[in-house]
Amino acid sequence: MSEKNTDASNELVGRANRRGGELVRDWYADLTRAAEEGRGAAYVFVMGSLNEILLGFDLPVVFPEVNSLQTAVRRVAHELLDQAEDYGYSPDICGYVKADVAVQLSKGKHPMGRIPKPSIAVLTNACNTYIKWAEIWERMHHVPVVTIDVPGTREGVTRGRADASFDNDLRYVVAQLHELIATCEQITGRRFDIDRLRETLGYVNRMGRAYRRVLELNRSAPAPFNALTDGTVYLGVANALRGTEAGAVYFEELVEEIEHKVARSIGALGDESYRLAFVGVPCYPIFRRFTEMFSEWGGAYVGSSYLWFASGGLNRDFEYDPQRPIESLAEGVLLGVRDAMDSMFHHDRLLEQMIDHYALDGIVYHPIKSCRTVSTGLADGRRALSERRDVPSLFVESDMMDRRVVSEAQMKNRIDAFFEGLAARRKRRAATPSVLEGGA
Amino acid sequence: MSATAGVDVGSTQTKAVILSDAGEIVGRALTSTGANVVQAAEQAFATALADAGLSDHDVEYVVGTGYGRYRISFGHTQVTEISCHARGAVHMFPSTRTVVDMGGQDTKAIRVAADGSIVDFCMNDKCAAGTGRFLGAAATALDIALPELGETALRSNKPVRISTTCTVFAESEVLSWLGKGKRIEDILWGVHTSIASRTVGLMRRVGVEDSVTFSGGVSRNVAMVAALEERLELTLNVSEESHFMGALGAALFALDHVVASRSPRPRATEVRP
Repeated sequence: MSEKNTDASNELVGRANRRGGELVRDWYADLTRAAEEGRGAAYVFVMGSLNEILLGFDLPVVFPEVNSLQTAVRRVAHELLDQAEDYGYSPDICGYVKADVAVQLSKGKHPMGRIPKPSIAVLTNACNTYIKWAEIWERMHHVPVVTIDVPGTREGVTRGRADASFDNDLRYVVAQLHELIATCEQITGRRFDIDRLRETLGYVNRMGRAYRRVLELNRSAPAPFNALTDGTVYLGVANALRGTEAGAVYFEELVEEIEHKVARSIGALGDESYRLAFVGVPCYPIFRRFTEMFSEWGGAYVGSSYLWFASGGLNRDFEYDPQRPIESLAEGVLLGVRDAMDSMFHHDRLLEQMIDHYALDGIVYHPIKSCRTVSTGLADGRRALSERRDVPSLFVESDMMDRRVVSEAQMKNRIDAFFEGLAARRKRRAATPSVLEGGA
Repeated sequence: MSATAGVDVGSTQTKAVILSDAGEIVGRALTSTGANVVQAAEQAFATALADAGLSDHDVEYVVGTGYGRYRISFGHTQVTEISCHARGAVHMFPSTRTVVDMGGQDTKAIRVAADGSIVDFCMNDKCAAGTGRFLGAAATALDIALPELGETALRSNKPVRISTTCTVFAESEVLSWLGKGKRIEDILWGVHTSIASRTVGLMRRVGVEDSVTFSGGVSRNVAMVAALEERLELTLNVSEESHFMGALGAALFALDHVVASRSPRPRATEVRP
């Protein structure tokens, strides 16, 4: 029997996806208990959740973006979108917002359990919709909203600590973190524990180290994980369990699993013919089918901009310094949010590096109707990149929530044509004599 | 004789082309797709065979294309119409580097390599704005036969500016201009230039490289050709066979397969079952 097929190997391969599913279900079970006991939660977002502080006050943490995408994956999003639109929300606005509005109107009813009401909402300005979204909770539930206003870099693409006015910007974010702490103390009646914060920062550091190692391991051929399907499981855990020991251990064990797969050339796809990068937010209404349409042609997603901008900065080579916890956390938030914005708005520059790093054969751009923040500029970015690098790309539009604008037949047509083009290109490059050449 | 065939089941019409083993078109057929896709494909194939004076036993390989390609029961394999239009256009006009295909439901801009394979492509989104369907809606609103649209539009001397290409709103848009006393030919030229503007925008996304071949059913419309040429400031390749370009490309892929199966040389384009 080959080493690929031993019992130990079978147990290890796929462990992270099984464990990830369990952790997310447990997390929702905790949220359901909180809702049933009438405990309020902290509502936060994936681009700068501030889990690090909120966990110190033992606030259950709710990610409405994750709640919403879960409704699409579980194929009930359309009912929630209808409910929110009947209530008065426009078909043109963010599907995540509308699904959440319906959850709020239904007293927290959700396919994964029950979502507790907020006691506080914490957001950054990484997405302009976050601000209007939090105002909905403010009006519905009369809870405080703390917005961490993160100044963008004045230099187009962030250079990290070398950015102009970095020290001033850092002080600005530090001051806002102190405001957040004061608000949390007020709503919970508890004192802030800086040692607990230090401990939490340590767990995030461990998670981040492992997360970056995971991304790096997908340079291997065949790629050990699918950046879109497996990657979304990893992102769920990265956000929900950020700052916990269980979250850190999950990613350390994930590294073990993926290193095992790399050592034995076990790919996510049995027949990896083309290595692809994904740009945008996944098509959750047909999440598995979307990926299948690529894997049927041997297309493997080895990287994704989603794994950058939705990871809360874990993708960045940055670690907190527990000796100066508040300032270090502020630095992480400042750099993480800037990096998330760069990942959305300057994807062409990041993809250019990725082409060689991950040996890409193609890039798939997925603009989504209900999120202009991540979609505006994708066509321009694609054109800019194509002028610098000769890498085929596909532009296929749908939505992350709304199945009314997901047309599988049209999507498949474009995907099939993309792969026909990739196959022809590979033949041309191999300089194989062709019946087409001179055949006209 | 060992022939090959291509059958293009489009949203509005189904086309079939039969090629001789020398790659010459020996039969063709055009029929409405209607609700029964399987029947439309069979009918187009049978008519094309009759046109060629052949029976289905003479056809060694059939490639299906178009939205209904997976429903062609007698087809051996499928290739997208994007690849097929690219292949057909380069076969017909070897200098082709850009293809614009305007059909009943979608418009495609395709940049092609010298061998007829796709370099890049772009299509209209999920709505049929700016496609043949919009012209059909305008023709209905003006009570004018589809084949007469082009000639009528070219008689315009004071064109109106049509602000929408939305097929759903086409009728009300056209009627509002009629209500203002505008002439049919001026409204129609406005319709054509509006579609041309949207189409050229699509083409710019993949890059317009000369020469440009116009394919699909709408390429038979002389006003659409004129409107695109005016906007692009170049002359388009158009052929009487342009309507059959997708089916021709499919038949060429079928011929590739037959040639490759007789020769140790690999096929030029991978075709997956």
